[in-house]
Amino acid sequence: MPADFRAEIEALRPYLMRYASLQLRNREAAEDAVQEALLAALGAESGFAGRSNLRTWLTGILKHKIIDTIRRASRDSPLAGEESDASEFDALFDERGHWHKHPDAWSDPDGALHEKQFLAALESCLAALPPRTAQVFLLREHMGLETAEICKELGLTASHCWVLLYRARMALRECLQKNWFAR
Amino acid sequence: MNLSCQEATRFISQREDRPLTLTESAALTLHLAICRGCCAVGEQLSFLRRAMKRLLEEKA
Repeated sequence: MPADFRAEIEALRPYLMRYASLQLRNREAAEDAVQEALLAALGAESGFAGRSNLRTWLTGILKHKIIDTIRRASRDSPLAGEESDASEFDALFDERGHWHKHPDAWSDPDGALHEKQFLAALESCLAALPPRTAQVFLLREHMGLETAEICKELGLTASHCWVLLYRARMALRECLQKNWFAR
Repeated sequence: MNLSCQEATRFISQREDRPLTLTESAALTLHLAICRGCCAVGEQLSFLRRAMKRLLEEKA
């Protein structure tokens, strides 16, 4: 195996760690998944053969390892608590389903995307989500899985998935509103 | 179908995950035309998608 292929792969380890940590929210599990992905990649150099971007190719392998990890974990110890109760958002609405307080548009949200502190605020908001809610949201928005795949991997019904995604998005919206845009 | 804001925000979220039915989609469009609060939420949830992509690139 050419040493430079190994070196190129090794150089992408920090990115892959970042990718896996975001989804798995556990450093050890992320390290294991990255290690497995790198080993698989080294054994499959011919499968790469410069067909695509190396990072894209490695990320594809890593995604499979991450999903394996999640599948194993949810089989061994199903997450306690269904987190299916959306009542905390009912607090946003009156009994007829209208806003207690109309949300205001955010000023220059896309400008915030270039601020490191904003991204740190987003990460804190993600960290504050309940485990199952965060897991489903990240599978959807970070890993880009379709809802049907998420349901299959986690053994959830489609409507349960939609409820969790709704909860995650509304909670993140509230959290960013409070901790960033309303400062 | 007259949507409440609570129902409208559910559809705003779900349209990222499944195609809405024609009835749902029409009801949502109608609601968004008259509700500034739900419009803001719609824009904010699209922004959240862009922010999630950015999160990974920035820290890489």
